[in-house]
Amino acid sequence: MGMTVVEKILARATGQAQVRVGDVVEPAVDLAMSHENAALVINQFQEIFEGTGLEPTVWDPSKIAIIFDHRVPAESSKTATNQKRIRDFVAAQGISKFHDVRADQGGICHQILPEYGYVRPGYVVVGTDSHTTSHGAVGAFAFGLGATEMAAVWALGKVLNVEVPATIKVVANGSFGQWVSPKDLILYLIGKISAEGANFRVLEYHGSAIRNMPVSGRLTVSNMSMEAGATAGIIPADEETELYLRREAGVTDDLDVVQPDADAVYEQVVEIDVAELGPQIAKPHTVDNVCGVGEVEGLKVQQIVIGSCTNGRLDDLEIAARLLRGKTVAKGTRMLVFPASWKIYKQALRSGVLADLADAGAVIMNSGCGCCLGVHQGALGDGEVALATTNRNFKGRMGNPKGEVYLCSPATAAASAVTGVITDPRKVGA
Amino acid sequence: MAKVVFKLGDDISTDIIYPGRFMATVLPTETPQYAFADEVEINAKLKSGEIEPGSCIVAAKNFGCGSSREQAASCLKGYDLIVVANNFSRIFLQNSINLGLRTVIAPGLEAAEGDELEFLGDKIVNETSGKEFTIEPLPAARQAIVDAGGLIPYARQKLAEMRTLPPGVAHSR
Ligand code: SF4
Repeated sequence: MGMTVVEKILARATGQAQVRVGDVVEPAVDLAMSHENAALVINQFQEIFEGTGLEPTVWDPSKIAIIFDHRVPAESSKTATNQKRIRDFVAAQGISKFHDVRADQGGICHQILPEYGYVRPGYVVVGTDSHTTSHGAVGAFAFGLGATEMAAVWALGKVLNVEVPATIKVVANGSFGQWVSPKDLILYLIGKISAEGANFRVLEYHGSAIRNMPVSGRLTVSNMSMEAGATAGIIPADEETELYLRREAGVTDDLDVVQPDADAVYEQVVEIDVAELGPQIAKPHTVDNVCGVGEVEGLKVQQIVIGSCTNGRLDDLEIAARLLRGKTVAKGTRMLVFPASWKIYKQALRSGVLADLADAGAVIMNSGCGCCLGVHQGALGDGEVALATTNRNFKGRMGNPKGEVYLCSPATAAASAVTGVITDPRKVGA
Repeated sequence: MAKVVFKLGDDISTDIIYPGRFMATVLPTETPQYAFADEVEINAKLKSGEIEPGSCIVAAKNFGCGSSREQAASCLKGYDLIVVANNFSRIFLQNSINLGLRTVIAPGLEAAEGDELEFLGDKIVNETSGKEFTIEPLPAARQAIVDAGGLIPYARQKLAEMRTLPPGVAHSR
């Protein structure tokens, strides 16, 4: 019987010829990522060593990545002190993949990992962040876990007691219509299978729409697979993955391009024709509350947000600039832009994209998680509506339980910035 | 017997359980004050001290969806609550098991605030309504962590196996 991608990766990571759904395995970890919550991981890590007489040293400092992104520059003394503790730990343990608050290396963890080639096809990647699913975009098995579980990984180099998950195959064929993008596809899928539709399962993506999608769009799809509850969202590696890793990330090593077997067993197959998709919107307060843009067109929006680990990449910013060039953000609406990494920030700066957005009235924020999780600038006022390219619209997400967050693609966000109300980008864009 | 102190609906996210703006607070001794911080009534009741340890939160499906933040489990553990839901989102369930927050999966449970629940092995008896409901057992892999008293003692055992040699055995090089 054949294996899915996750089964193949877990078989390799445990030195077995074959694993099956439901098997309990302890896979070796290729990359372990944390952000500011490394402060909590450090506490738990030290506790594991208590009473053992062993020095608390990490299993392999070259396989740990720590990226400051959630609250940069620090929004409070508490965060600043956590960051200081983490810096000391990083230095003491010799952790090399560390990205501080710097414009020559910083950004959101889920952009930094692919951008620096830290994630590769076939890798087992874990992160203390639920959107670690992002890295399935390059063919890795990447999943989120909590701080204590990460502490155990730092100590042991493997994840304990992992059940091999079942896989749902998603086949997306066809070509996207104008101003329709990977974000619309993933919102549609989440709406279709629900916020728990893939809980404890892996989504594995196939079809011509995926094959023709650049890695930036694939990162959006894998990132938001989490919002269907998926453990991971894997896009089997292909020429595009290889091209990206070689050209963008400068990777020169051989790549382990893991493909599923032709007779792999899937729990379910979901087919989507993207040619039939229009712009999608996730309404408050769950990500699976999805509708076509037409249903909410005309709703007044006070804050437009373009950025995050979901849609803060160069092509996302370019789409926004194309729609806003020569126009202005509507009166009564504010627009915030935060690029996913400083590399992207500087590319958009040099190409003029950021100037175009700023000329239209958008506020360019520093690269990081920005207002996505409601901690660091860009909070909503009571009763205000935000339209955002981020990935979550939970109550309170943008810093105020009395605010409402709608999710959409960069094109829909930019078109709506011009009008000040939720707008179908196909009506604004030429 | 455990009293149902809060009855909640579907998709209770980690942003509701522990809002993002308190994420810089990490110590399990400090997280409970922010449990359900934006649900003012729940938060006030928790902090009032009138809730008996061992009381229950009953929720519907997909409890704990969203972030991997462990504070969402540690803040409830601080009040020694039991969370009973139709099902849990994966990361929250794992975090709860790792930290020793008691979670019970009861797909068909019917219970109202104030009801008294009795946990009997593989079933829950709602003593108030007299009805019985099945508990879905934890997979063995997760039960092993619960039995060890949480992931820290479990990982400590594994660490001792991996990094030290049995007494009397000399390094072979
Ligand atoms: S941008 Fe938002 S979703 Fe992405 S890692 Fe940061 S807080 Fe999480």
